[in-house]
Amino acid sequence: MNSLRILVIGGLTTYRALFNWVSPWILVPSLLVMPLAQILLFSYIGRSAGIESDTFFVVGNAVQYSALPCLLGTASTVVGERLQRTLGIVLASPAPRLALVIGRTLPVMLNGLAVSVFGLVAGSVLLGLPVRPATLGLATLAIAVSVFGCTGLGLVSAAVGLRLRDIAVLSTILFGILLLCSGADIPRPALPGWLAAAGDWLPLAHGIAAARSVAAGGGIGGVGGDLAAEALLGLGYGMAGVLMLRLLERRSRSAGALDLT
Amino acid sequence: MSAGRLLRLVAVSWYLHLKMLHRSMFDSVMQVVWPLFFATTALLVYRATGDRDALSYAATGAAVVTVWSAVSSNASGILQRERAFGTLELLVAAPAPFSLSIMSIVLAVTTTGGYAVAATLLWSRFVFGVHLAPAWPLPFALALVATVFSFGVLGFLLAVAAVRYRAVFALGGALELPLWLACGFLVPVALLPSWLRPLSWLLPPTWGMQAVRAAAAGQSLWADLGLWAGSTAAYAAAAVWVAATVLRSARRHATLSLT
Repeated sequence: MNSLRILVIGGLTTYRALFNWVSPWILVPSLLVMPLAQILLFSYIGRSAGIESDTFFVVGNAVQYSALPCLLGTASTVVGERLQRTLGIVLASPAPRLALVIGRTLPVMLNGLAVSVFGLVAGSVLLGLPVRPATLGLATLAIAVSVFGCTGLGLVSAAVGLRLRDIAVLSTILFGILLLCSGADIPRPALPGWLAAAGDWLPLAHGIAAARSVAAGGGIGGVGGDLAAEALLGLGYGMAGVLMLRLLERRSRSAGALDLT
Repeated sequence: MSAGRLLRLVAVSWYLHLKMLHRSMFDSVMQVVWPLFFATTALLVYRATGDRDALSYAATGAAVVTVWSAVSSNASGILQRERAFGTLELLVAAPAPFSLSIMSIVLAVTTTGGYAVAATLLWSRFVFGVHLAPAWPLPFALALVATVFSFGVLGFLLAVAAVRYRAVFALGGALELPLWLACGFLVPVALLPSWLRPLSWLLPPTWGMQAVRAAAAGQSLWADLGLWAGSTAAYAAAAVWVAATVLRSARRHATLSLT
């Protein structure tokens, strides 16, 4: 029961305290205007180049943009403790580490999901594409799995953040790598082989493929493989992140480098 | 102040702020890397068409617009940074014109954006094999500098207009990609929806970029440059007026430090 309380209430409180993008002054421009701008930019680039449909770019960019809140949000809720000089207090408490970590990722995933669904609906409306509730439901499932994958990668970057000073740089670079490798804007056959291969081992590529498939009218049965691959990647990155957090926490404690001084 | 002293103020302030920007990983390296991700994605989309002219069109636009990425994210936060350093009140109290002090910082930010232009041009040349050979090299360079300058003026307006906005970095970020789209850097303005085109015409970089493309194609660019000069002057005048008005209000209401 205590672990559940830490997971839900502790996670939400930490998220509100440490991820300052929740403020409407940042949330609206960064998580509502920016994804729409990215969707419109690449949709018009697609029209100008004469490749793929608007749906291809709307779905690709709406799902890809969830990476920003997931990567930055996860990293902020862990590294933020360091910036606020409260990391030592948290680690000294008897709270179970796993509940502490997972609790911080739940609001992040909900935020990522909301941002993506907003981008999908608003982008479709702006470009005159139909929004069908049944398709939207299945696409939301694909987005949820993608968000899970991105949050797993976010945990890895949060762990690295225990040794870095500027976590925003790392999150931004990871976002850019996912933009290139995930096939959000570039059709898979047009991606250089090594970028496509890297994309297969990173979150989003499988989730975007699944979301595109259901947007095209495909059923959930046809995207089971992609969703399973995305979920497995998320699980793998998440476990790696938790292990790295444990390892780097121990090293930071022995090196006396828990807080930024 | 004499013209010589004003020029010295701009030069010294530009140099000092350029040095400071180079000390920050986010303000220097990221200004090159971040827009390069978007430029590369756009170039890969155009490369998929197999049309070399379209790729050259996109490469030219992508190189120029990367400056805006540096300016929008960085210039918007200039006053916040001065506030954090505790130097905003000193800048306001100094006898030097406040607008000129801020403009010189914007110029330093714009200079870091120049690295992104060079990086994108080299990237396009060596990764995508795009050979940019403008028909009129000198007018091309002139139009390029003009476009970059207009980004600086827009950044100046953004910096002073958002003096009361605490999270101004978010506003700067949100304005980044809309300008990529609206000013015709990667997509011809004619392809944009009819309601968006008048907005494009009101933005000086649109005319600067049209002049760049005209010079590259060996066509007359002077009409575009004329429209660029007029719109840039209007934005500069608006920025100076906004700076004076906002500053007067902030001093009167004691909100300069926002604490």
